[in-house]
Parts: sequence; structure tokens; C-alpha cells
Amino acid sequence: MDDGVAAVGQEPAVPSGGPPASAVPALAARGVSKWFPGVVANDEVTFEVRPGEIHALLGENGAGKTTLCNILTGLYRPDDGTVEVRGEEMRFRSPRDAFEAGIFMVHQHFTLVQPLTVAENVVLGWSRRKRLWFAPNKVEEEVAEIAERFHMRIDPGARIWQLSVGEQQRVEILKALYRGARILILDEPTAVLTPQEADQLAQTLREMANGGATIVFISHKLPEVLEVSDRVTVLRAGKVVGTVQTSDADARSLARMMVGRDVVLTCKDPRARPFGDTVLELSDVSAESDLGTPAVVDVSFELKGGEILGVAGVAGNGQRELAEVIAGERPHTSGRITIADHEQSGTPWEAIDAGLGYVPEERIGVGVAPGLTIADNLILKSYRENGNGFILHQREIQQNASDLIQRFDIMARGPKTRARELSGGNIQRLLLARELSGHPKALVAASPTRGLDVGATDSVRRLLVDSAEKGLGVLLISEDLEEIMDLTDRILVMYRGRVAGVVLREGADVERIGLMMSGMAS
Amino acid sequence: MWVSVAVPFGSILLAMVVGGIVLVISGNNPLTTYQNIVQASITQPGAFEQTLISMTPLLFTGLAAAVAFRMRVWNIGGEGQLYMGAVGASGVGLFLHSWPAPLVVLAMVVGGIIAGCLWAAIPGALRAYLNTNEILTSLMLNYVALQFTNYLIFGSHSYWRDVSSPEAQVFPSGKNLEASGNFPGLSIRSLVIPLGLMIGVGLAFVLWGMIRSTKYGFEMRVLGDSPRTAKYAGIRTRRKIMSVMVLSGGIAGLAGVSQVGDFNHVLDPRGMQQAGYGYTGIIVAALARYNPLAVILTSFLIGAITNAGFALQGPHFPTGLTGTLEGILLFCVLGAELFTRYRLRWRPTREAPSDRSPGTGSAIPQPALAGGTPGGEAP
Repeated sequence: MDDGVAAVGQEPAVPSGGPPASAVPALAARGVSKWFPGVVANDEVTFEVRPGEIHALLGENGAGKTTLCNILTGLYRPDDGTVEVRGEEMRFRSPRDAFEAGIFMVHQHFTLVQPLTVAENVVLGWSRRKRLWFAPNKVEEEVAEIAERFHMRIDPGARIWQLSVGEQQRVEILKALYRGARILILDEPTAVLTPQEADQLAQTLREMANGGATIVFISHKLPEVLEVSDRVTVLRAGKVVGTVQTSDADARSLARMMVGRDVVLTCKDPRARPFGDTVLELSDVSAESDLGTPAVVDVSFELKGGEILGVAGVAGNGQRELAEVIAGERPHTSGRITIADHEQSGTPWEAIDAGLGYVPEERIGVGVAPGLTIADNLILKSYRENGNGFILHQREIQQNASDLIQRFDIMARGPKTRARELSGGNIQRLLLARELSGHPKALVAASPTRGLDVGATDSVRRLLVDSAEKGLGVLLISEDLEEIMDLTDRILVMYRGRVAGVVLREGADVERIGLMMSGMAS
Repeated sequence: MWVSVAVPFGSILLAMVVGGIVLVISGNNPLTTYQNIVQASITQPGAFEQTLISMTPLLFTGLAAAVAFRMRVWNIGGEGQLYMGAVGASGVGLFLHSWPAPLVVLAMVVGGIIAGCLWAAIPGALRAYLNTNEILTSLMLNYVALQFTNYLIFGSHSYWRDVSSPEAQVFPSGKNLEASGNFPGLSIRSLVIPLGLMIGVGLAFVLWGMIRSTKYGFEMRVLGDSPRTAKYAGIRTRRKIMSVMVLSGGIAGLAGVSQVGDFNHVLDPRGMQQAGYGYTGIIVAALARYNPLAVILTSFLIGAITNAGFALQGPHFPTGLTGTLEGILLFCVLGAELFTRYRLRWRPTREAPSDRSPGTGSAIPQPALAGGTPGGEAP
């Protein structure tokens, strides 16, 4: 890529009037297969991306989207099949090879260095200037120029830690543009954005495509796929179900392709039931982040038995810390936390004893010990009451495990299977089985359906709703606004650690919640 | 499951092959050398007993390291805890010498354990409550303990030092224990099994059972597998780290007790320093993959090699060579761990698209590391 950014702006290959069907595809996979032990991640995947189009790769979690992109960008080598770039067969040995062919990927988790500036991050590892020293002003100018061309609002001199998540994503895209990427692959780019930021991203992508860049983006959200893409390729269980023109598709048909059967897209029925006593109460609770900056600021709310209270917000606005503070894992610097009339001093065991169930955001490594068996993981919170004295009753443990595996539909070879061998959905069922079987009075569920496929998501949601109907108070923290709109009774919006507002779910206005999430309304 | 048994044994075999190559290069016949090792450590008269003696301290220090490492508490201070155990046991033995022998033995054991526990409590508390790196603190305390024992015997007229005769004034040494403080052994025909070894083997079984089926052991397993899960589950992790450190120190202290009571009958700083049982115990534990029962086997193995090393070394067999063989063994066994975590797959590279000629695939195989955990999910 000697011609640098010119590749994007002046790509001559695209005739006006949209990408023609007959052109040589910018990027193609032909019969690509990839096996992992016991899993076929990609099975004879063939698809083509035309130059200058926005191509969505749609599929449930575990459908093989990310694996495919990792093959396209040289992170994995295909076990079978080939990758072609502009009609030429490629054999990537590393992401660097792919990058030299003009392919760049924006990962879900950003690869930015926090203390450096935007410009510094952009040239990190690769610069157009093959000199020993770094000319900050020059680079900042170049970066600003590209940003302006694509109408991306960003200050090249700003440091990454000062930026919002949406802005950080723009830096990743800038990085690709600066390096002259002709094919940009984005892995679930909207997962971390507010609705408004997502709209802006769509606009940027459209402009890039108009400028000749080819864009592949991975998603499992139907509305944005319909809105942004030109064509959609749907993957299911590692196979291509089909590629369709977006203009010919609608949400229902895509959902059917994705899941393989008809799905009910909204499952919410208004639940009218009396709430019980207050099971969780926070008054003016504050806490710090790992860096010692304020993460939760003067948060107050009350949660009643039988109620589902949603906590909405863009990732990183204090939701994770809020969950940890309630669970006693993170000390609160001020305020009062009361769980079922037991005031908390801030330790996990107090919270557990008071009757708090907690489904942490990180399931593996926090909620579940990966190296222990299912049976052991299921007694994590009840082993103190097991048997008598010092000795654990193995039979009781195995019995408990068999019961819960059946009741909560955990797919596993048996109680002695190690937790790390389970799929994401089964790990979440294991976690919920343990938390709910302990008969908690209140449950904090942090992103309980993130990363789960449609089936597992459905069963987790159903469990939460059923438990609430039996009198459990649920605090549902989620970045998925639709999920919150579907399941909750009230919605609390967090912005920069504060409560930006609380609204009743009935009659709530998504647009207004979106503004609250970005701090522009209260 | 068979992998967890086959791999360690296969790796020992591999170590013998690699070690054999080294032996050939250094001008020794590997077969006769291995034969000599077996003779010098097991079959010769008295050799087996000598191996048992070599293995006894390693059994304790190995168990001490295994228990702590299993929980990811990196107690490198076994050496210093051993010294302190020896100081405690010899002090108690000297002080209570007029008591009946069984009581003196018991008091020495208790005294040594307490001394080891207290010494380990220092890095334990620092780690648990101040979040200090226990690798550094426990290691540094080894040197403190070493200087302390030197001081007791060489640098002062302490209670431990023999100052009864003019000769002892010039050549400092510790006071010998009375007969009441000499541990009895179990005699089977001509073989004498030291008391320490019996305690050690029993302890290995106790620890194994504890980790397996007590609540304390369950907490250890959770904490060892995932510290954040332990905190999440309401386990008081600080106390736990502290208590495991103390437990580990007590076991290492027993190594010192056994040195004094079973073998030396005197506080002998130089001898303990040369042996370095505390550090070798870490290797013993690593070879056993931190399994207490396996520590019995690995401490025997290392004990036998150490013992054979003394017998083998001579003009044609430098000391360094036994160390090399030990190193190769450790390297192979720990390296083999990789095979239990990953699968190494050999496959031919696909032929280049330019010269597509069926049937003549590239013959160069290419290794590819596949997957993270066997049976794990595809990323």
C-alpha cells in the first residue's frame, strides 16, 4: 500500500451507479472450512463481496462469523478452501499479509493504547513515513485530513482515555483508512454504541463505501443490517444459508434464515402483578473504578420483590461497578446498601447471606471456575451448608448437580464435566441454576444474555421473568436496549456513573432513553 | 484421562533418551550409567535406605510447595521455613531433654511446625493484607533465616551452640541432642525407615484427602482455579491465603524437624545450606504437578538421583553431569505439560497454486497448534 489513503478516495474500480454484479469480487471465500476440536466452525463457506458494497455477515453467536473473518484477515488459516482478493488467490500467513493486501479488521475489543494520542495510535506499528523519528504535527495533520474527508469528528491530538467508546471506534477506523485499507471488516461494531452513535457510524460507512472502500460488517442485529447493508450473507452453524439483496429482505425473512425456523421477534406481554417488599435499596451510593476515579456517583433506587428494574446505558458508564458494589465485590465509598433489610458493609459473603443472587458480566473466571466440575461449580455458594463439619458430602453434591442439570436443562455429559467445556449458553444456565436454586430475594443480572444465541437468550429471559413472577426482585443490567424494553417494569438510565433518569417501561420513549444514555437529556 | 498418566511417564522416558545422548557425548555409556544409577540408589546394599534418607526432606518441602502452589500462593520460602523448623525442633529438644523420649519427640515436632508456621506467616500476612509479592518476600526471608542460623552457631554463644569444651570454642558447632531427642525409626529386617518419612507419607495422604473432600480443600481448589470466582463465592480469600501460607510453612518446618530429629541430631546450618532441600522441593512439587500423592513418587525419584549422583561422581563423571540429567528430566516433564493442554497437529502444507500437480503434495509437514483446550469451544 504505497499509495496510502489514496486507495480509498480514488479507487477507480467502481463505476457510478452502484456495484455491478459482474465485477470481480473485492473479497471472496471459496469453500472455506475450519475445524476446531469437536466443532466445525466453518463448513464450505463461499461468499463474495463486491467492490464498494457494504456487506453484512449475519448469524447467531456461534454461527461462525468471527471465525470466517479471522480467516479473511489471516489470523487463522483455513483447513480447506481459498480466500481471494480482487480475483487473486491469497494465502495469508499472518494478519500482516492480509493488511498488505488491503484488508483491515476492526475488532470488537479495541486495540488502542490508552495514554497515547489519536495520531500516535494511528501510526503505531505502521507509518507512511519511513523515518526514524515521529513528526507529531505532520501526522496529526494527515489524520485530521482523513477524518475530515469522511466527516468523522475527532481531535487527532486527544488522548485515547479521554475519548468515548464511539470515538475510540472512530480511531480504529481512522487507523484502517490511514493505512490505505480497501477492505474493512468490522466485528459487531454497534455493540458498544448508543443509538445515535450507531447512526453516525452507519453514515461513515456509507461514505467510505461511496468512496470505493469495501465493507464487511458482522452483526446479529436485524434492524441495523437492514438499514446499513447492500447485501446480506446469512450464516448458520458454520454454513452459508444464502446471500440476499437487502432491498429484497425484511426482518422476518432474515430471522428465519438465521435461526432456521419462524421466530417471534417480540415476546413481551404486559405483566400486571403486585410487587412485594423492598428487597434491595441503595441510597446515595458512590464507588470508585479500578483507577480510583469516580465510577458510581450518588446512585439511589429501590427494588421491590417481583419487580424487574432495568439498568440501561452505554458500556462503561458505571454499570459494571454498580453490580460489583451491590454484590460486595467493590467497596462503596459512601451511601447505604440494604439487601432484604440487611445493611451491607461491603463484602461478598454478607451479600450472599442476606439473599442476593448475582450473575456477573464475566461468567467464566468470576461466576464460574472454569477448571472445576459442574457439580463443584453448583455448590460454590452453598458448600458451607453441605454435609456437616469439615467434610463435604460427595453424594449430596452429585445429587444436587444431577437435579439442577435436569431442571435447568444444562447440556453436559454429566456432573463431572469441567465448566470450561460447556458452551456459553450452558455456562449461563449453570450460573442461573446455582443462583436461583439458592432462593435469593434479589438478583443482580449483568448482561445475562450477551454472547448467547437466540435459543439460550430466550431461555435465560424466560427464567428471569418466571423468577420475578415468583417474587424475586431482579436488577437487569444490559446494554441491549431492546432487551430492557422487553423485560423490565422500570428503566434506570446511567450516564457517567450517575442516574440520568428513571422511567416506567410502559410508554417509555426509546429516543429519549437514547438521549439520556448519551447525557443529553434527563 | 489416560493422557494424564501416559504423558508424565512418556516424558521420563524421553528424558532418559535425551540424557543418554548427553552421556554419549560426554564419553559415558548411557546403559551402564543408568544401571549404575539404579544400583547406587536402590539395589546396592544400603543404597535404598540412603535414598529414603535423601527423599525424606524432599517429601516435606515438596508437599509444602505443592499445597501452596496449588492455590497459586507462591511460597518459595520452604528453605527458610525448613531452617526455622530445625531451629525450633532443636531448641525444644535441647530444652526438654530430660523428659521422656516420646514426649520430647512430640514436643520437637510441634515446636518445629510452629516455627515454620510463624516464619511463613510473615510473607503470608504481607501478601494477604498488603498485597506484596510473596515470591520476593518469602525468598528474601530464606536469606534472613540462613543468616539467623549462622548467627546461632557461628556468631554468638547462643543456647544452640556447643561451648562445653575448648575445642568447641574454636570450631563452632551446635549442641548435640540427648538420646531422648533422637527420633526412632521403623526397622524392617535390615532396613530402617525414618520416622520423618512415615510422617511425610501419612501427611501426603491427609493433604490429598483434605484437598479432595473437605470444605477447606474445596475453597483451596476454587481459589487455585480462579481467585475472582473465590471472592465472588464469598470465600474470605485473604484469610485463606494466609492460612495456606502458614500450612505450607508448617510442612516445610517439618522437614527441618526431621533433619534434626532423624538424621543430624544437632542444628547444622552448613549442612542444611549445602543441601538446599527447600529449593529442590519446588522441583519435586512441579514434577508431581502439585498433587500430594504424586509428591511421594517424585521425591523418591529426585532423592534417588541425588543419592546416585554422590555415588557416580568421580574422575570420569563430573558432578555437573548429574545436575544436567536432573535438569533434562525436569525440562521434559514440565515441557510435556504442553501436550496435556494443547494438541500438536502435523499436516502437509497445501501445494502452491502455481504448480498444481495432483498427487505430489508438498512433503514438508507443518506444525499447527490447534485449539486452546481439548474439547473447548471454537473461538
